[in-house]
Amino acid sequence: MSLKLLRQGLGGRPPRMWHDRPLKDHYDVVIIGGGAHGLACAYYLAADHGITNVAVIDKSYIGAGGSGRNTAIIRSNYLTPEGVQFYDASVKLYEGLAQELDFNVMFSQRGHLTLAHNDSSVRTMRRRAEVNKLQGVDSRLVYPDELARICPQLDLSDHPRFPIQAALYHPPGGIIRHDAVVWGYARGADQRGVDIHQYTEVTGIDVANGAVTGVRTTRGNVSAGIVLSATAGWASNVAAMVDLPLPLDTFPLQACVTEPLKPILDVVVVSGSLHVYVSQSDRGELVMGASIDPFTSYSVGGSLDFLEGLAGHVLELFPFLSKARILRQWAGLCEMPPDFSPLMGITPVDNFLIDAGWGTYGFKASPICGKTMAELIATRQTPALLRPFRLSRFAEYDQVGEKGAASVGH
Amino acid sequence: MLRLECPNCGVRNTSEFRYGGEQNPRPTPSTEVADADWIRYLYERRNVMGVQIEWWYHRAGCGIWFLVERDRRSNIVARTWRWQPDGAAAAEGSHSP
Ligand SMILES: Cc1cc2nc3c(=O)[nH]c(=O)nc-3n(C[C@H](O)[C@H](O)[C@H](O)COP(=O)(O)OP(=O)(O)OC[C@H]3O[C@@H](n4cnc5c(N)ncnc54)[C@H](O)[C@@H]3O)c2cc1C
Ligand SMILES: [Zn+2]
Repeated sequence: MSLKLLRQGLGGRPPRMWHDRPLKDHYDVVIIGGGAHGLACAYYLAADHGITNVAVIDKSYIGAGGSGRNTAIIRSNYLTPEGVQFYDASVKLYEGLAQELDFNVMFSQRGHLTLAHNDSSVRTMRRRAEVNKLQGVDSRLVYPDELARICPQLDLSDHPRFPIQAALYHPPGGIIRHDAVVWGYARGADQRGVDIHQYTEVTGIDVANGAVTGVRTTRGNVSAGIVLSATAGWASNVAAMVDLPLPLDTFPLQACVTEPLKPILDVVVVSGSLHVYVSQSDRGELVMGASIDPFTSYSVGGSLDFLEGLAGHVLELFPFLSKARILRQWAGLCEMPPDFSPLMGITPVDNFLIDAGWGTYGFKASPICGKTMAELIATRQTPALLRPFRLSRFAEYDQVGEKGAASVGH
Repeated sequence: MLRLECPNCGVRNTSEFRYGGEQNPRPTPSTEVADADWIRYLYERRNVMGVQIEWWYHRAGCGIWFLVERDRRSNIVARTWRWQPDGAAAAEGSHSP
C-alpha cells in the first residue's frame, strides 16, 4: 500500500474510483438519484444480496444534491421509538463504515448537545432522554455546571437574551466527511459491478398495467424490473412521472462556513430555540446552519437574511466569534413531510419504490436506508424497521411525529 | 426573491410577508367529503418544479392574504392579485391604486 502510494505520489494517475460505462438496455434495478441513499442501496444490493445488474442514474454528478451540501451531523436522539431505532441502526452502521468500505469516512463521534433555553424545551429534552434510554441510546439531560465542563466555550452566564438552562447530551453523536461517504459507497458499488451513470437525467417513467416497466433518460430508454426513486428534494417531480402525488414540499436550506480557525470547538452544538447549529470541521472551519428558508423553492441561491439571523444567534452562544469571517455560503433542497419522518418503501404503483421525505435530516440515515431498501428489493418483504415510514400511513392516521427532534436539529 | 408586490400596499421587502403554501382549494361541502379526499387536501402537494399559484400574507403591512404566481425554479413572480370569490374578476397587483 505505501509503495503504491509513493508511486502514485510521484506522478502516476490515481486509479478511478468509479467508471463511466455504456447505458444498458435492461437493468434488474434502476435507482434514480446518485446521492448517499441511492448509492448505499446499490452497494448493499450487490454486497448483501448479490444483485449486481443495477444502475444508479443521476442528472448531475454524484453527491450534487443534499449529500454533498449537508452539514454532516449524525445522531440518534430522536423523539419517537420508531425514529430512535431507525437512526440508531444507522449510527451503528456508520461506526463500522470505514472498515466495510475500506475508505476513511472520518466519522468523529465527538458528542452532540441540544441546548434548552426555556422550561418547555427542558421538558422536551427530558422526554427525549427517557425515550432514548429505553432504546439503549446514550442520551441524558445535563445542567450548566456539567455543561461548562463539556463545552466551556459556551456563554452560560445570564447575559444573553435567552440564557441556557440545560442541554440534551448525546455522546455518540458527531460529524462525518459527507463526500467520503458518497465516494466510498460509489466505489464499493462500482467494484461489485453496479453501473453509475452521471449526467443522465430521468425524464419519464413507463408504466403498464399498474406496474413500472422502465425509465426514459436523456441517453436513451432502459427497461427495469424495479425502479427506486432516491431523489430527495426532487422526489415529487419524479413521482409525478407515475402520477403519484406525495405529501412533500421542497424548501431550500442554507449553511455556511467560517475561515479555518485553530481547533476550538470539539462538540456539536445545536439550539432549537435560536434556530442555529455549529460544529468545527477537521479543516478548522466552523460549519453553521439554521432552519429552512421561509418559502418553498427549487432555487438554491443564498440570502443575506439567513446570514444576518444566523450570525446574531451564533454570537449569543459564542460571543468570542465576533471577529470570525464567513468564507462560503450555500443551499440545498429539502423535501419536507408533514410529520418530519421519511416516506419509504412500496407505493401504489407496482415495482416503483421510494426513499424520500428526508427533509433537513436524511444524511445520517443513508446507511440504514440503503441497507433496508436493498433488503426490501431482494426479499420483496418490507423490513420491520421500515414499516412505520410507509407512504400509506397518512391514509391510516398513523403518522410518526418527529417535529420536536428534527425541525432544526438535523 | 427580495421584493414582492402586495395588491394593497405595493412593492415591499419579502421579509414583510409570510408564505402560505400552494393554492389548494378546500373540498366542500365538508359534511359530504370522503376521507380519501380530506387526506388528499390535508397532505398531498403538487410541489411543482415550475410555475405555482400560492398564498402570501402581508404580515408586517395591511394584513391581507393574496395570491402570487411564481416560478419556483427561478423565484420570478409573474403577477400578484387579490383573491376574489368565484366568478368575480381578479384585481391584479400591478393595477391597484
Ligand atoms: C444545508 C443542508 C444541511 C443539512 N444538514 C444535515 C445534517 O447535518 N445531518 C443530516 O442527517 N442531514 C442533513 N441534511 C439533509 C441531507 O443532506 C439529505 O436529507 C440527504 O443528503 C438526502 O440524501 P439523498 O441521497 O436521498 O438525496 P440527494 O443527495 O439530494 O440526491 C438526490 C439526487 O437525485 C438526483 N436527481 C434528481 N432528479 C433526478 C432525475 N430526474 N434524474 C436523475 N437524477 C435526479 C439529483 O441530482 C441528486 O444528486 C442537510 C441538508 C442541507 C441542504
Ligand atoms: Zn399590504
